[in-house]
Amino acid sequence: MPTAAPAAPLTNTSIEGAIDHLKASYPDAISADDREGYGGIIVDSAQLLDIARVIRDELGFDYLSSATAVDYLGAGDHMEMVYHAYRSSGGGTLVFKAQTDRDNAEIPSLVSVWRGADFQEREAWDLYGIRFPGHPNLKRILMWEGFHGHPMRKDWREAYYEEELKPFDSRWPGGHVHRAEEKNVFGKNVSYPREIDLSRLMDTSETAVYQSLGLGVDVERVMDKDGFETNELVVNMGPHHPSTHGVFRMVLTVDGETVTSLEPVMGYLHRNHEKIGERNTYLHNIPFTDRLDYISSMGNNHGYVLAVEQLLSLGRRYNEPTYRCEALRVMMVELSRIVNHLWAIGFWLNDIGAFFTPVLYFIQERERILDFFEAVAGSRMMCNYMRFGGLFADLPERLKSVSNLTNDRVRDYNTMQFLTEMVSERIPRTIDELEQLLTQNEILIERSVGVGVLSAEDAINYSAAGPLLRGSGVPYDIRRADPYSIYEELDFDVAVEDAGDMYARYRVRVKELRESVRILRQILPRLEATKGQSIWADGKPGAYAPRVPLGEAYGRVENGKGELGYYIVSAGGRSGTANPWRYHVRAPSFINLTPMGIMSKGYKVADIVGILGSIDIVLGETDR
Amino acid sequence: MDLNLQELNATEFPVPAELESNIAITSLSQLYNWGRRNSMWPMLFGLACCAIEMIATASSRFDFSRFGFEVMRATPRQADLMIVSGTVTKKMVVPIVRLYNQMPEPKYVLAMGACASGGGPFKEGYNVVSGMDKYLPVDVYVPGCPPTPQALLYGMIALQRKIDGQSIANGDDVPWYGAGSAEPTPVPVLGPDIIDPRQMDMIRRQAERAAQEMTALGTRELPAAMQLAPAKTAASTAAPAEAAPANGNALAYELPTGGTPWTEAEDIREKRRLRALARKALRASRRASAEEE
Ligand code: SF4
Repeated sequence: MPTAAPAAPLTNTSIEGAIDHLKASYPDAISADDREGYGGIIVDSAQLLDIARVIRDELGFDYLSSATAVDYLGAGDHMEMVYHAYRSSGGGTLVFKAQTDRDNAEIPSLVSVWRGADFQEREAWDLYGIRFPGHPNLKRILMWEGFHGHPMRKDWREAYYEEELKPFDSRWPGGHVHRAEEKNVFGKNVSYPREIDLSRLMDTSETAVYQSLGLGVDVERVMDKDGFETNELVVNMGPHHPSTHGVFRMVLTVDGETVTSLEPVMGYLHRNHEKIGERNTYLHNIPFTDRLDYISSMGNNHGYVLAVEQLLSLGRRYNEPTYRCEALRVMMVELSRIVNHLWAIGFWLNDIGAFFTPVLYFIQERERILDFFEAVAGSRMMCNYMRFGGLFADLPERLKSVSNLTNDRVRDYNTMQFLTEMVSERIPRTIDELEQLLTQNEILIERSVGVGVLSAEDAINYSAAGPLLRGSGVPYDIRRADPYSIYEELDFDVAVEDAGDMYARYRVRVKELRESVRILRQILPRLEATKGQSIWADGKPGAYAPRVPLGEAYGRVENGKGELGYYIVSAGGRSGTANPWRYHVRAPSFINLTPMGIMSKGYKVADIVGILGSIDIVLGETDR
Repeated sequence: MDLNLQELNATEFPVPAELESNIAITSLSQLYNWGRRNSMWPMLFGLACCAIEMIATASSRFDFSRFGFEVMRATPRQADLMIVSGTVTKKMVVPIVRLYNQMPEPKYVLAMGACASGGGPFKEGYNVVSGMDKYLPVDVYVPGCPPTPQALLYGMIALQRKIDGQSIANGDDVPWYGAGSAEPTPVPVLGPDIIDPRQMDMIRRQAERAAQEMTALGTRELPAAMQLAPAKTAASTAAPAEAAPANGNALAYELPTGGTPWTEAEDIREKRRLRALARKALRASRRASAEEE
């Protein structure tokens, strides 16, 4: 019977042991990455595929969390793929890298080992121009087919290019304002290559989408099993569709009502987060992370500051965040998890037919939490709350909201009293109400049990994360498997369900709501106990805008939607640097879509939106 | 919506007090606008973060149905108002323009948030359109990132005011009663970069010019990308007043010889550091001299 499983055991099988084993079996193909501030190993890309198999099968790193590219222009002039692999039973990361030339970049595809590499390799091809021989479907994923160049390369410049690094001279310190459009002849954010062929201008991006699926026309003639001639239809859903959770698009082929194949098409909200992030200073990026998964901005902040703090701790002057700061962070993150899950469940109900009525109840509760965020951080959604080594502000004594015209409960309230009431009464009551309406609801059960099944093996192999992974019976929660902040000392269970269907994922979310409340209950006394303690290590904002020493870091957190990771490379320099060289977001919404195809095969068209809703994606994070 | 006929009364003709809630004497324009402004159906269409606040505005706490934005329709054919709620990307602007063309007249566009109004925080991104108004006529801009629900409501009420001011007698206000069907907005094309069909001629001219100049200079082997911004050095050293917009005819090329490699980036940072030190020294000396005085 599915119940909340005990926390995943912390295996202490050392990473060093694994590396030694690899070194012993492949002495010439493996070398330690001994650049200053780096870790892990560099693998000869000719043998990458074999070694990857060993890493997965012999060493047990069955979960490929992140695969991303870095362009080392001017520092060795090579491209590098960086992989972070984990054991699904818990523990630290094995980082391995493969290098290739910038000019003819090519690295063997690892899709045959970890299916989860699929979209990530396509992204590396799209944005960096690295080819992956062996990839079954290597085409652009975020930009459209036919776009000129690979924009994340360090020598590619956008139309509004101004300077390599922020702050731009034009804005600071002298500072004057100009509009970028005015500098462009076309008054728009465009630049064309010189060889543009204007004689035959056709939008080929659409054809490319269908061609890559092997779909020439809209209707394919096929024989059904009884020998009747029938038609296979191509159905396009999105990017404008009421239930695709934003500008997401799926191309399905259907046989009658049954889905035979599904292909996600994305990039409609690709806002170049990473390119902009590499021009920004470290501090600039915090508000940008808010806009990734815009339902739970606090969690995004947390992952990012953890990654940068990892790098900072390599330097000389770094102070750990204080205990109060950590407790506040955890509280904010758990509150956003509650918001996230309420939202996810509500909109999933939209998708399976309970249109907009149930979600109103959840939005109501969310509003209350947002009021709190607004009073503490200054903004409802985009909290921009965490800083390196600290926070933007401590809790105010009283919550005074200025913009709440309609809801007056929050006008002027004692903060701790408000929180206590929320944690001990309001949120549990909402969860009870939710369960009462839904958990045994016959329609809901009919619609969701046994639909969108993802097996545990597939979930791991496809790098699924968060409730999607735990709904498939894998008790993997980073808060337990690889603890950060103060989660280690907090008492909570990892929610897990075995069935792997939509209903199981719903159950996981409900359980996590309860676990979050449980964590919050433990946080409140900690806040009382640390009252008066500064949120900054030395009492004043120390690392507000830090100079970050040389090195790489991967910070990951368990966000509402799954594993949110930040891979950051700092170019260092004599006194550290204010801008990241590489800034990559391992987005759970993006990677969780990798198994969407296999999860929907064989189900009805009407289930597809439900399956998508049960994964819970946010497009800001999917497309970045 | 409460039906308040007194709101409609717009003449000096007296209406007997006992009939005030049954009879109104008004102008046709006003009646027409009154009907339209109180039944604006927005399109159920979210782009990015702002869409979440739009949903919050639609839900019970803020509830824009109170103002006549009764219900959101997913199909453009039943919608009067397109709330562009989020970052418009080049890839997405194509379907947006198509959706707009499918909306029946009269139709309105509300740009919600910094992104839809002018590109917002992501403006410099290579896939981002600097504001919806680059492609569609926008009626109301709502600032904010994201605008609070209150701000969005205010914007929607501003749109109603705009409608109030329109007159049925003025062809410019109600072009949909003009002769012939309305011209659809040309749908952008995704080529090597996004192409606005309305700029085709301009692009062609620029390309020809570029080709000619290249021939004249005999520099065929120059790198492919054509940078349209003025050269970086000019931009960054020019005084604010001199940073005039590029002449519409002149193509200012900057042929990218490559981004800043790791080592050079270090130089930039080093220079910055030295500049900062110099500024610091300057401030210190100023302070010292001030103290002397
Ligand atoms: S204006 Fe801000 S909140 Fe709105 S879509 Fe743009 S980034 Fe998101």
